[in-house]
Amino acid sequence: MTLRIGCAAAPGQARANKTGSWRVFIPRFDHEKCTKCGMCILLCPEACISADTDFPEPDYDYCKGCGVCADECPADAIEMEQEEK
Amino acid sequence: MVDKSLELFDCGHRACGGCGPALAGRLILKGAGENTIVVASTGCMEVFSTPYPETAWKVPWIHSLFQNAAAVASGVEASLKKQGKSEKVVCICGDGATFDIGILCISGAFERGHDITYICYDNEAYMNTGIQRSGATPYDASTTTSPAGKYSYGNKRPKKDMPAILAAHGAPYVATASIAYPADLMQKVERAVNTPGPCYLQIHAPCSTGWGFEGSKTVEMGKLAIQTGLWVNYEMVDGTVVKAKKVARKPVDEYLLPQKRFRHLFKPARNEEEIAKIQAIADANAERFGIDIKPKK
Amino acid sequence: MRQIMEGSHAVAEAVRLCRPGVISAYPITPQTHIVERLAEMVANGECDADYITVESEFSALSSCLGASAAGSRTYSATTSQGLAFMFEVCFNVAGMRQPVIMSIANRAMGAPLSIWNDQQDSISLRDAGWFQLYAEDAQESMDLHFLAYRIAEDHRVLLPGFVCFDGFILSHTYEPVDVPPQDGIDAFLPPFKPFNVLDAKNPISMGMYATPDYYMEFRYQMDQAMDQAAKVMAEAGREFSERFGRDYGGLVEEYRLDDADVAFVAMGSVCGTVKDAIDEMRAAGVKAGLLKLRSFRPFPKADIRRALAGVAAVAVLEKNISIGSAMKGAAGPEVKDALYGTGINVYSYIIGLGGRDVRKKDIAAIAKAAAAQQGDMFYGLRTELV
Repeated sequence: MTLRIGCAAAPGQARANKTGSWRVFIPRFDHEKCTKCGMCILLCPEACISADTDFPEPDYDYCKGCGVCADECPADAIEMEQEEK
Repeated sequence: MVDKSLELFDCGHRACGGCGPALAGRLILKGAGENTIVVASTGCMEVFSTPYPETAWKVPWIHSLFQNAAAVASGVEASLKKQGKSEKVVCICGDGATFDIGILCISGAFERGHDITYICYDNEAYMNTGIQRSGATPYDASTTTSPAGKYSYGNKRPKKDMPAILAAHGAPYVATASIAYPADLMQKVERAVNTPGPCYLQIHAPCSTGWGFEGSKTVEMGKLAIQTGLWVNYEMVDGTVVKAKKVARKPVDEYLLPQKRFRHLFKPARNEEEIAKIQAIADANAERFGIDIKPKK
Repeated sequence: MRQIMEGSHAVAEAVRLCRPGVISAYPITPQTHIVERLAEMVANGECDADYITVESEFSALSSCLGASAAGSRTYSATTSQGLAFMFEVCFNVAGMRQPVIMSIANRAMGAPLSIWNDQQDSISLRDAGWFQLYAEDAQESMDLHFLAYRIAEDHRVLLPGFVCFDGFILSHTYEPVDVPPQDGIDAFLPPFKPFNVLDAKNPISMGMYATPDYYMEFRYQMDQAMDQAAKVMAEAGREFSERFGRDYGGLVEEYRLDDADVAFVAMGSVCGTVKDAIDEMRAAGVKAGLLKLRSFRPFPKADIRRALAGVAAVAVLEKNISIGSAMKGAAGPEVKDALYGTGINVYSYIIGLGGRDVRKKDIAAIAKAAAAQQGDMFYGLRTELV
């Protein structure tokens, strides 16, 4: 890679940094309880919960396991579990 | 109307888990849309989103220095105008860059009337450098430069009233918002970028690392600030408050107690005098903005 | 067209001819006549730029950075305290490789407060990554602006530049100036083509931070670009000479150096005085000559080594002081470095600080001191006061 003059970069490159490795707790989504309200999608600081799947689905490559989605889910459909690695 | 389903702030950024400012950045771009140029200040958001070459920004983004975003934005706006281009210019800067070191450039840009939107993500201290107090730090918050101690209850001064300062510059639209109320936040961003002239938005963005609470509670903390009256979501048009979010207020303890930065007010015993002063700040906010929902008789 | 013009107005005229999109400046003596004239041109529609009336120099250069990044040719002007206030932005503009051009009406740095001329201000910014050109007279003050934009915007360079001229001595005096026609300048200076630009259709991030894995390479690129600036300046200078008949082919200008024993090295308006003094010295049998540095950054090391090869002593006239340094002046050590191993004696002479007049007899006396191997000293001190 040659450095771009002026320390500038094109979009999309943050994705090289897979922040999922930071995770200690993992959110588990219960489709039985999920009402598809979209609150978890809207409030995820990582923008990593998919809106175009049947149910909201986190991208575990990037999910840091912060638990905001679980805390804010109005249907209590998300549980945080300690992740086995 | 912008398409608010667009994700213009990408995965892979290096913010702490449950970061309020990261959520703010994402929601701001949803409200502003694709046709936006972001001007950033040095600070947490700049650092966690742009280590070369791993940028998280999908819109044009520029960072120069800590304190000059409003001036850089002035130049960007002047150039776009000259070229007949239509991009909206949005500054996204922390509270230190806004309340303290950058106020000269902001004042100049607002007085000159550039068509920019200046958004402060307010996490109430210099978090990037390790949680030092700023002019946005609330009364009695313990930070690394305003530590609670034998002779100190933490930060000695209440928060500077930046929205009023910028409204006094003649800004046509000034508003406050919170990451805890995302629809309201996005709507205010959209309104600000579509209002000609310099507009100011101040977004409460709780910081789990700096304030001392679990990252999962970021949104909850934002809600508690509103529910206790210690943060008020309001809109000012041409200097007049036209709208403020009403609440059935809770005592300030409910907001203070879960945060490590206020823990000294409860240990070894509840500090009645200091907590009363903080309650008085909330009461004054409620009075000023008329936010209390009166119980039905 | 030849006209009698104030130096500042010649500079403003040059800027107008360069067709900047955005001008942003804050008033400071002795730069004011430039920006007043430009504001007037904008107000009268003679200059099609957006003039941002900023609240500080800090914002002046910051807004130029923003405008340049958004794709406009930009211009600012300042001096002294104003330039010092821009210090941080100067490094930033260069690191972001934005070709902003700024006029510096050279003035002393406080304290004590002084509005009068020396070159401490721009010289103190020598490491910021801007090229620095110094003018001898009003004509050169004007012409160097055309060259500066050509050099800065060349994609081999992409560095910002100062065009420096002595405050009051050049900014506030009237001289005959040959003003090139607009079509001539348009042919010499094509419209600005930005390299990195803010554009929603092709979004990029600019001004990211670099970890230790990358930072050194970015600085290396800047140093390489400064070497390129020297080449582009020579090329553009030759082209300018062909188009307009005035020769700015090199980073240096030689005056009566051929058989010189004592050579002066100087920058800016003092070169005029030195040339007159040399003529008088020559008439009296003293073989003196001058090497004028038109460019301080890039530093013309090879030119100095070539041009001064045969002299016995070199007197570097310094309108600055690097307090606490061995030779006292900032240029001296670099000239000495250029001549390393030749056995030529090189001395700095601190002159003209804070507007102190430098006269022909002072120049003659410095030639004598250099020949007598006395140097690295102040010249023209009122010794009765200290």
